Amino acid sequence: MAKITTLKAAVSELIDNGDSVALEGFTHLIPYAAGHEIIRQKKQDLTIIRMTPDVIYDQLIGMGCVRKMIFSWGGNPGVGSLYRFRDAVEKGWPQPLEIEEHSHADMANAYEAGAANLPFATLRAYIGCDLPKYNRTIKQIECPFTGEKLAAVPAIRPDVTVIHAQQADRKGNVLLWGIVGVQKQAVLAAKKVIVTVEEVVDKLEPHANQTVIPGWVIDAVCEIPGGAFPSYAQGYSTRNNAFYQQWDVIARDRETFSLWMERHVLDTENFAQFKDSIGVRSVA
Amino acid sequence: MSTQYSSSEMMTIAASRLLQNGQVCFVGIGQPSAAANLARLTSTPDIVLIYESGTIGTKPDVLPLSIGDGELSETADLVVSVPEMFRYWLQGGHVDIGFLGAAQIDRFANINTTVIGDYNNPKVRLPGAGGAPEISTNCKEILIILKQSSRAFVEQLSFITSPGFMEGGDSREEAGLTNKGPVAVITDLGVLEPDPVSKELVMTHLHEGITVDQARENTGWDLKFADHLQTTALPTDEELKVLRDLNERTAKAHAGAE
Repeated sequence: MAKITTLKAAVSELIDNGDSVALEGFTHLIPYAAGHEIIRQKKQDLTIIRMTPDVIYDQLIGMGCVRKMIFSWGGNPGVGSLYRFRDAVEKGWPQPLEIEEHSHADMANAYEAGAANLPFATLRAYIGCDLPKYNRTIKQIECPFTGEKLAAVPAIRPDVTVIHAQQADRKGNVLLWGIVGVQKQAVLAAKKVIVTVEEVVDKLEPHANQTVIPGWVIDAVCEIPGGAFPSYAQGYSTRNNAFYQQWDVIARDRETFSLWMERHVLDTENFAQFKDSIGVRSVA
Repeated sequence: MSTQYSSSEMMTIAASRLLQNGQVCFVGIGQPSAAANLARLTSTPDIVLIYESGTIGTKPDVLPLSIGDGELSETADLVVSVPEMFRYWLQGGHVDIGFLGAAQIDRFANINTTVIGDYNNPKVRLPGAGGAPEISTNCKEILIILKQSSRAFVEQLSFITSPGFMEGGDSREEAGLTNKGPVAVITDLGVLEPDPVSKELVMTHLHEGITVDQARENTGWDLKFADHLQTTALPTDEELKVLRDLNERTAKAHAGAE
């Protein structure tokens, strides 16, 4: 049953050092505030999972929180490289980063298998692709009915999934809409779930077929208006593309990055203070 | 006809002309997205554009910077989850044409977006596969767009992220792939198409003012040219106007992001 609580308490109580953590979001609804709280609490030795690790994963890696990353596309969308991710893979800074790399179709299927409590997913994939040579978790199986060769990949079962959504009600039922990515699957595949929301309302009023995740599969709900910045929450904010372009400059250099993180993340108490410190007014 | 245009505009325009009205097109972000939307705004108004973020039948007024810009979902016919996107719509066989960019390509149109150098000790770590491997094997046909240079058009790829014709000849079919694979590679210098038998990319078109030597110098393998090498038609005034308006709207929208 979801407890409506502070993000500080949720991250402290639900995420342990060494956990596998999926902060999911496909460009939209990325749980940035939660990522910052993980950094502030100096969580260590994490395995981070996400189809499209972007700036918040760059920050987690550069701040030394991460031992391993499972992913399918690691870049700054529309801009270019994630320099902290690259530095960790290419030069081992601030520590070596183990990677387990898949394709999008693979990870989307693997989350679904996790949500369905199956040990693996099967899909038509990877013929002619070099990834299976380097990622031994990708196997080939034969269809028992037709003999067709298919790819098989293990289900994703994160210790903790963290997502951001538009709304929750006071019982912790969560409503999200727009580009919903793989969030529902990632929630149902996880052992523990934290959801940050734009606002807590008295009553959810979902349109037919909007995604509602009941509070009884969620552990903690935290109200963080604008908690997806510089990503966005449809109906509440727009993607701050200018910030993604600025990140390219901030993250390129180790010292610039470290100073920026110290000043704006470690030295602030919460996400509202972070946004004030970089000069972004809280999104109403 | 206008003669005042950039090589990048020529590339986008040449690529847009290869799309056909009524096609369902799975679009990569960046150059493929620019060309596909130019086609939608000019010659192929009924093209269905799909982005891997789950947005289907999207009609963005400005080009998205990211695969998940709100512009894509707000102008889509429907928005589905990412698993549904890859399982039902792509693997389900509903997509005519996959439109990809690449960091590197070889003579058989295999592409690399993963790593330059050794995988475990890379010189340059690139973003990785994303949707490309399964786009390239589950769409009926593939278009590839990238600028031509000897660093991008290489003799030997460090890593094959998405297969083109693999080792050439029948190797793609023998590996079990049943779709057609890449039908054209559009560059800032011209267009390459696979030889029907060897499957090696052959330069079939050069854009106006581009020489054979220029194409050769910007290719890392011994580039072959079609017997009847053609010159790409110049951009029309309408193509240029629509593309420039689109780029202008896009630049304005992204600079003003709050």
